[in-house]
Amino acid sequence: MSGTYLGMPAFPAAAASSTQDGRLRANLRYATHTIRDKRAKAVAELDDWARLRAAGAAVKDRTLRHLDHYLEQLEEAVTAAGGQVHWAADAAEANAIVARLVRETGEREVVKVKSMATQETGLNRALAEAGISAYETDLAELIVQLGDDLPSHILVPAIHRNRGEIRDIFREQMGRWGRAAPEGLSDAPGELAEAARLHLREKFLNAKVGISGANFMVAETGTLVVVESEGNGRMCLTLPETLISVVGIEKIVPTWQDLEIFLQLLPRSSTAERMNPYTSMWTGTTDGDGPRTFHLVLLDNGRTDTLADTVGRQALRCIRCSACLNVCPVYERAGGHAYGSAYPGPIGAILTPQLRGTASELDASLPYASSLCGACYEVCPVAIDIPEVLVHLRERVVQGGKVTRRGVKTVLKPAKGHAAERAAMRAAGFAFDHPGVLRAGQRLAGRTRRLHPRRLPGPGHAWSDTRDLPPVPAESFRDWWRRTRGEERGK
Amino acid sequence: MRVALFVTCINDTLHPDTGRAVITLLERLGVEVGFPEEQSCCGQPQFNTGYRHLTEPLVRRYERAFRDYDYVVTPSGSCAAMVRDNYPRIAERAAAEGRDGRDLAEAAARAVPKTYELTEFLADVLKVTDVGAYYPHTVTYHPTCHGLRMLRLGDRPRRLLEHVKGLELRELPGAEECCGFGGTFAVKNPAVSAAMGADKVRAVRETGAEAVCTVDNSCLLHIGGMLRREGAAARPVHIAEILAATEADTRKPAGREGSPR
Repeated sequence: MSGTYLGMPAFPAAAASSTQDGRLRANLRYATHTIRDKRAKAVAELDDWARLRAAGAAVKDRTLRHLDHYLEQLEEAVTAAGGQVHWAADAAEANAIVARLVRETGEREVVKVKSMATQETGLNRALAEAGISAYETDLAELIVQLGDDLPSHILVPAIHRNRGEIRDIFREQMGRWGRAAPEGLSDAPGELAEAARLHLREKFLNAKVGISGANFMVAETGTLVVVESEGNGRMCLTLPETLISVVGIEKIVPTWQDLEIFLQLLPRSSTAERMNPYTSMWTGTTDGDGPRTFHLVLLDNGRTDTLADTVGRQALRCIRCSACLNVCPVYERAGGHAYGSAYPGPIGAILTPQLRGTASELDASLPYASSLCGACYEVCPVAIDIPEVLVHLRERVVQGGKVTRRGVKTVLKPAKGHAAERAAMRAAGFAFDHPGVLRAGQRLAGRTRRLHPRRLPGPGHAWSDTRDLPPVPAESFRDWWRRTRGEERGK
Repeated sequence: MRVALFVTCINDTLHPDTGRAVITLLERLGVEVGFPEEQSCCGQPQFNTGYRHLTEPLVRRYERAFRDYDYVVTPSGSCAAMVRDNYPRIAERAAAEGRDGRDLAEAAARAVPKTYELTEFLADVLKVTDVGAYYPHTVTYHPTCHGLRMLRLGDRPRRLLEHVKGLELRELPGAEECCGFGGTFAVKNPAVSAAMGADKVRAVRETGAEAVCTVDNSCLLHIGGMLRREGAAARPVHIAEILAATEADTRKPAGREGSPR
């Protein structure tokens, strides 16, 4: 891993190598099953969960329909509270704004709260190129950063690591970034946490600039909200003199009353907690308390284009809880890196091809990274019908069609590499609409059944490498029916 | 009550025994069953692979084929779910694309309420749990994804199995996890599909059951293919074939036979 998703292979190839990695499989299976079971218990405690979920979806949908209005309301409120609002059309613009803002403080180091938006834009890399060191302070993000690795989960970025691996990373790398790991560090969770605490304390106390994302932005007051478990976020949001928050434009909720729904949905869905340990909220700046300067960078980066798609736009309801990852049988076997994006798992498979488009082989392969089992939809706290969007995006890949890119309506061509499939689907479609042809094909297969190979040649090997073919019966059902009952009943 | 069998293309071509079992079972319960030969495929393979437009003629065909019937019974959770969940969606999308979706919408509106998966039909329409079946074997039940999460079959299949004489039901660990078939997923992501299938097959073998049973032969194609490749004793069997079996049955116990070679 080299800190970038660029040039990664398409999902099937990357996932195939993950399935061979026994340690990765074991780490993921243990972690996802543990949190999956805990979530189910936490959700079952609330008898109004179904209504909360419907309310969450409805509030998000209504907000997205009037996003322009709420964004302007938010900008006004943040500005009135002493903050400065910046608008970034894409990742490069967001990164450039943040780099400029940091340079203007004269600082060369920043501390970071865990943030999906800045993972999406690749901010750390952009800052490094601008000569600025960004220190991740979330424990799992720290493990990923010290290991020169990429996050593989939305909530638990180092889910692919077990504690032995984490101990090794701390021992080898902490000293190069700051305070070294204590002598004789073991893999006991308490010791690992203490090593991280000591290492990070130094960063918190020295930092003059903090960078965060936000889980929610309340339009009516211009308040930003970060929910977290470790308290590192609270440190980064309160100790530095300057705070820069990079937030996707879909993170808005209109009012505090709306926020109440999401503060119930999110913790139970993500960490299986009734309430998360730390909820930090801030509104602009306050004299004598917290950062003296506050910048809000509003990130579009494909979100407005996604909003233009009537089926795909539901992905923008996502509150990044990661419940869908934890129940996904494909994620569990493929691991997060195979998705080639900051957003792995089922939500990534529908978000990435919309935010980045389907031009690359990797992005075009993501809508197929699902057996459509529906477990993700069932647990989604904002009722995103992920299978529906996956199928919709498959259609975009094989058929092309109308999409919006950077605000301009355009017509996509079908992706390459689907010609044989398209021909087969058309042929099948013809046979299915001409039962006489279907019957002739069945009879041919039945008559030649003893000649069928046990393993298929060509692309068919994808099936028969691991599974036997079913024997073809001598007589199809429709032939049996016609032979035995055809005259008396049916048509 | 006019009842038709929608056998599905996979059962028609590869598993005619399942279709025959539905006929045997329903006739034993006093239901006369028709088989309109105009029927073909529900369109699920095309729809789920991204070829929605190719499914439109199949929506019309389905409605036409079953127009004269009050109920359409199908031994497939995923084909029933395709009709019920996606036919209205196909009509909506056609209308949204500026094409006249009215005939599709009418076809969907007529097809959806009369379409029943077999165990739904038994439980909700015929209101039976004991179908008079005899199957003296240990069986484990895998609830398939579309039956479980789209149709919400709940414990209908299980209640039917529990009333089969001689049948011993064994709990399947991790039952609600997908087997990894997923239609074209099985060939587009063969490594992950096989990894999921291997875990499912391990769970089936752990139960020690003689047969693994589902409401969908498509999933059994995958699970059974892996069981056979491993040389496992457990065999795949569709729930219809269990429910159709009786003490008077002189045939071999139901279940998929080995290779014809």
